[in-house]
Amino acid sequence: MRAVRLTVTAAATVAALTALSACTAKSDAKDGDAIQVTAADSTCETSAKSVPAGQVTLKIENKGSKATEVEILFPDDRIVSEKENIGPGTKYTLTAEVKAGSYEIACVPGMKGHGVRQKLTVTGGSAAAKRDPQLDKAVADYREYAQEQADATLPLVETFVKAIKDGDLEAAKKAYAPSRLGWERTEPVAESFGDIDPKVDVREDGLEDGQKWTGWHRLEKSLWQEKKIGAEEKTLADQLLTDLKDWQGRVGKAEITPTSMANGAKELLDEVATGKVTGEEDRYSHTDLVDFKGNVEGAQKAYELLKPVASKNDSALTTELDKQFGALDTLLDKYRSDKNSYEFVSYDKVTEDQRKELSDAVNALAEPLSKLAAAVVTK
Amino acid sequence: MTETHTSGSPSRRTLIGWGGAGLALGAAVASGAVAMTEAGNDVDPAAAETGGAVEFHGAHQAGIATPVQDRLHFAAFDVKTDDRAAFVQLLKDWTAAARRMTAGQAVGEGAYGGLAEAPPDDTGEALGLKPSRLTLTIGFGLSLFEKFGLADKRPEALVDLPRFPGDNLDRTRTGGDLCIQACADDPQVAVHAIRNLARIGFGEVAIRWSQLGFGKTSSTTPDAQTPRNLMGFKDGTRNIAGTETDRLDKFVWVGDGDAGANSAWMTGGSYLVARRIRMNIETWDRTSLQEQEDVFGRDKGEGAPVGKAKEHDEPFLKAMKPDAHVRLAHPDSNNGITILRRGYSFTDGTDGLGRLDAGLFFLAYQRDVRKGFIPLQRQLSAKDALNEYIQHVGSAVFAVPPGVRDKDDWWGRTLMSEEA
Repeated sequence: MRAVRLTVTAAATVAALTALSACTAKSDAKDGDAIQVTAADSTCETSAKSVPAGQVTLKIENKGSKATEVEILFPDDRIVSEKENIGPGTKYTLTAEVKAGSYEIACVPGMKGHGVRQKLTVTGGSAAAKRDPQLDKAVADYREYAQEQADATLPLVETFVKAIKDGDLEAAKKAYAPSRLGWERTEPVAESFGDIDPKVDVREDGLEDGQKWTGWHRLEKSLWQEKKIGAEEKTLADQLLTDLKDWQGRVGKAEITPTSMANGAKELLDEVATGKVTGEEDRYSHTDLVDFKGNVEGAQKAYELLKPVASKNDSALTTELDKQFGALDTLLDKYRSDKNSYEFVSYDKVTEDQRKELSDAVNALAEPLSKLAAAVVTK
Repeated sequence: MTETHTSGSPSRRTLIGWGGAGLALGAAVASGAVAMTEAGNDVDPAAAETGGAVEFHGAHQAGIATPVQDRLHFAAFDVKTDDRAAFVQLLKDWTAAARRMTAGQAVGEGAYGGLAEAPPDDTGEALGLKPSRLTLTIGFGLSLFEKFGLADKRPEALVDLPRFPGDNLDRTRTGGDLCIQACADDPQVAVHAIRNLARIGFGEVAIRWSQLGFGKTSSTTPDAQTPRNLMGFKDGTRNIAGTETDRLDKFVWVGDGDAGANSAWMTGGSYLVARRIRMNIETWDRTSLQEQEDVFGRDKGEGAPVGKAKEHDEPFLKAMKPDAHVRLAHPDSNNGITILRRGYSFTDGTDGLGRLDAGLFFLAYQRDVRKGFIPLQRQLSAKDALNEYIQHVGSAVFAVPPGVRDKDDWWGRTLMSEEA
């Protein structure tokens, strides 16, 4: 529901990547030659380790017993191009426009996890820009986290959708907040796509003229305020599932940079400060604290991954962030009886004084968190 | 008293010319130009018109005896940290920022020109504005002395106010561990100062409440025209002037020998009482001129006491009604009690009934609250005819420490420093 900021940094990433090259390396595949990729259940063989920049063709053969997926990846694991669901014994030709730089080819048997990797150098262009392998790792790990969150969310959404389609009001209410957690943890990634967030997470007051209200909050209103499930709600539930499958399928392609991770973490706290602390986010279900917790966890994950670099550049900042994340976690724990459970106190039971205390703790964390991006880029 | 001159003073406008990298130069200019005005002793009437700077350093904090500026942003804070070192660091960081802002400079490394990935140190809305006689004055509330092992440093004179008849205090506009009073002739300069100090404080402190004020209701410059409050009457005619060093020493500044070892760190400081006094504007406006004048004990046009011709004529108290405000508040009716008033009018829009949410944000400085505001308000809350038209809805008391002496000193050092 906010401006999409991750895409702003995407342009910078692409520019940086354009400058990548390895001009001294010789290409062992000539222009136009295809790379043979032989995928199996535990191996991934490629016929060439370097190719000239331009159109790159992969001739893929799946010799394994499971359906596989083949991807060309940037060093931070962003997908350049991919082909999913290549059945056992089948072949596929994948072509992509690839600029000079270092890449990996991944075969992902069973289409889950990290896959088997091979290096690929694409030659041409000018001198190579330096990349920080620590930051590349942080981005790759964060992407993996975002994907895990999406993968784990889908079954929870299916439970929610099934309860609605069964007309089971109580079961649907129970499944509502858990179905949102993974989304809330990684919201800046989802928002970077621009088109998914307005379909699944828009609130009634956020609708634009002529926009049909769909998604979680529309269903929330039916369940808690109108207390009924009709044909319209069942259709909307199906739509929610479809839209979230789209999200799940696109996480790998999100343009993520260390800066966008750091700013994403700050934006998660902004979400808390403007939506959750005020009780506006889940105004019918009052499950705001579940979303609150999800936002904080997602911010913390991004922070923890960037911390090795940030602490070298600004150790005072990471000390402060550790302290403030800890303080906010401790405060949030007061609102649930079991630390392993995501059942939080209903937000309409949280007093004005308590809301002020939560708001103060969010500000105490968000202010230093706004300096994380600078600590990641500073050398 | 020295002359305030803007030609040599570093304005934010100058800094724009220097750009982000030139801030060190700006600071050098500042230190060269600090022969401006001495805090508490600054009565150069030209300063307000030229938007000059008020000296931040001095024996007393600026913003008390300083000629009253036009605008106020007053903020009360709660302390959120229990780490003494972090709190002391905040006081030092605040002092550094206050020193810059009162000289018309941006906070930290400025509002632009820094790393594109980082939010700027300064929020930027005061760029290009003059120092506007900004003063920043810090105070410590009673509740602060329950923290950081400060209990044995709580001055005897810092006491909680009793409940006065008619008080209807809103908890969310009352109390606070700390306060900062920002006064300036430009409201944006005052708001910028509080906003940036609050931002620096996130994590250690949080704003509890704040109040904007306009239209000073008291003057500490007797030669200037006495301002009017929202009831339309001249207010503060008999206030202590910034030049009356004898009366300031007697009634405002905490002296060397003032009660007890607990108060030694307060020498040169003062005690501040803040009261948000809501006025029943609509009913007041329906009141006859005669009654309005009877309630105050002065005439509305000139401001002369009952039976006298001129505002500054010595009032003849017995000619006034027994419940007239001026009569009840006059030192002669209170065994000589005198306080320095520095209040502002406020209007926070309208309430749900369409009534103007307006009144007086009363600020008074005194040497000892027990011998100042408390006995005075006991008398007024019991008898004042004005009570029919006002209600006290917010309240706080603060110990205002002495001034920051020089560039190495910091707010609250005499309280927080171990060796002090």
